[in-house]
Amino acid sequence: MFGGSGEKDKLANVFQPFVNQSANFLARKPSRDELVNTDSGYILYLEDITVSFDGFKALDELTLYIETGELRCIIGPNGAGKTTMMDVITGKTRPDFGTAFYGQRLDLLRLTEPEIASLGIGRKFQKPTVFDNHTVHDNLELAMEADKRVWATLTRKLNAEERDRIAEVLDIIGLKEEVSALAGSLSHGQKQWLEIGMLLMQNPLVLLVDEPVAGMTKQESESTAELLTTLAGDHSVVVVEHDMEFVRSIARRVTVLHEGRVLAEGPFDEVQHDAKVIEVYLGE
Amino acid sequence: MLSGRLLKQDWGPPVLLGILGVLCVVVPVANLLVPEDSVFHVSTYTVTLLGKYLCYALLAMALDLVWGYCGILSLGHGAFFALGGYAMGMYLMRQIGTRGVYGDPELPDFMVFLNWEELPWYWFGFDAFWFAMLMVVLVPGLLALVFGWLAFRSRVTGVYLSIMTQALTYALMLAFFRNEMGFGGNNGLTDFKDILGASLQSDVTRVVLFVVSAIALASTYLFCRFIVTSKLGRVVTAVRDADDRTRFIGYRVENYKVWIFTVSAVLAGIAGALYVPQVGIINPSEFHPLNSIELVVWVALGGRGTLYGAAVGAVIVNFAKTWLTSEYPEVWLFALGGLFILVTVALPKGVVGLLRNVLGSGGQTFSEFVGGRTVPEALIQWAKTRPGNKET
Repeated sequence: MFGGSGEKDKLANVFQPFVNQSANFLARKPSRDELVNTDSGYILYLEDITVSFDGFKALDELTLYIETGELRCIIGPNGAGKTTMMDVITGKTRPDFGTAFYGQRLDLLRLTEPEIASLGIGRKFQKPTVFDNHTVHDNLELAMEADKRVWATLTRKLNAEERDRIAEVLDIIGLKEEVSALAGSLSHGQKQWLEIGMLLMQNPLVLLVDEPVAGMTKQESESTAELLTTLAGDHSVVVVEHDMEFVRSIARRVTVLHEGRVLAEGPFDEVQHDAKVIEVYLGE
Repeated sequence: MLSGRLLKQDWGPPVLLGILGVLCVVVPVANLLVPEDSVFHVSTYTVTLLGKYLCYALLAMALDLVWGYCGILSLGHGAFFALGGYAMGMYLMRQIGTRGVYGDPELPDFMVFLNWEELPWYWFGFDAFWFAMLMVVLVPGLLALVFGWLAFRSRVTGVYLSIMTQALTYALMLAFFRNEMGFGGNNGLTDFKDILGASLQSDVTRVVLFVVSAIALASTYLFCRFIVTSKLGRVVTAVRDADDRTRFIGYRVENYKVWIFTVSAVLAGIAGALYVPQVGIINPSEFHPLNSIELVVWVALGGRGTLYGAAVGAVIVNFAKTWLTSEYPEVWLFALGGLFILVTVALPKGVVGLLRNVLGSGGQTFSEFVGGRTVPEALIQWAKTRPGNKET
């Protein structure tokens, strides 16, 4: 088109600065880890969070900090505000007062649910919620960390690396045999595992896990405990659980919620002997 | 590879495409080449009637895309169909030229009748076919985009959304009834003469329109199939089944809904544009909410969430309508209502779901199951036992 190859080179030279510039521009796009600034050692900051439903205070000036890489258990009687707290962090519920920061810069109260999810806060629901009409494989594929905008999704195909990742997660959650089964046909325990698998596919920085071992056999909850302890470190894990034995088996640090406030916080053994905690639990 | 992926899994796709392919050959031959006195001759009336069914099938498929796959029950899809139809009608009006009753080269008859001096601005450009075709796509598409954006962003769902879509089509109907709107009011647009220079009265044009409709239906089917088998399709069904969950894994549910709703509206508009030259008229009654509700019955009857089921439902109901309204006109509405009840109670997966179960391997076939029971009783019982019909 442009005669000799010399001319082509000249053209290439003309365009080179633009190419470099756009490369710079792409490189300057901050990564997720940069956006979530955790230099101070904390990844979640909840301060004075108050949520009320028709006058009932589900959360009452709740203040809670989660360290980067920590495994934290949240316990408390029914209605203590555990699930509401997760709703606030994931953007489902907006508090009446208070601040919620993710890292030092990201204000969770100004982000939408999908934004929060894409920035690396993954959530497992209390009642296992998987996509019943999709296969186990497709459930994992949908959850996978990827460009989740509409047009990108239309032509999206799995690459070899992603296939490996799915295989790897299938291995971890023990659903290799069921890979083509519809999620709706799985047992309750298997759905729990699948949902944990979906959480892993998202590769989140923070995992919010609501009652992970409900409906699991003893053996299954042991492997869940093992999995969660392995994940902590690289990820920050917040577990809400009723099962005290399970909490004892994983927790380094426990927060007890009561009536929307933090009642006690500390190592499991310490909290277990805390007079206020005993009163709340025995008083019921 | 691509077609393999598009067509895998069940017999519906090849059968539908096969039928359309055969129709594309047989109908033109039987109409144009077979002499009129032969039993194999297909009259031009029948060709046009079949063409009309194909347009309805396309419309039903468009609704199935949003309802069957994304769970958005639109009770106003007739509006997009009618808008596409009006865009085509405006082109056809401009083609009449001086052959109108008043012989005005510029203005359609109804404007002369209303003593209008000049063409309203929004009629400009419609004398060009390409422009009209662009509007066929853009007008329904933009309306759906704006409506969807407002509704889905405010998280309006379920029955409230259905009512809003119903109100949308009703409002448009009232607007188009007004003469001042400049779309022919009550009478709509009619007396079309030709399309792209070819007379609409000629057999060849009718056959071509039929073939174009068949090709459009087949292409729409493949296009929708591409969408629903893509990752986007899986996200959309995920939205239908658990929208909160989808949000929490990072998808902007609203954007997906707006996208699929807009695509569906565009397809409905195309169906309307193919419909108008074949039936020869477009008027505000096409916006009537009842049309949109009837459309939902077609899709439900055929079986939603399959695409081809919607086409099957549209053809069955419209065939029944053509037949009943000429033989027993008073029975039609009862038959339609009865069909809907039957489908809801006994066939949650529609006709194609039933066929699939009967033809599919495993489990009892229907005749095995009926045994000594009365048919309706057996139907209900049997539908309940089928795997995948858990919702009964």
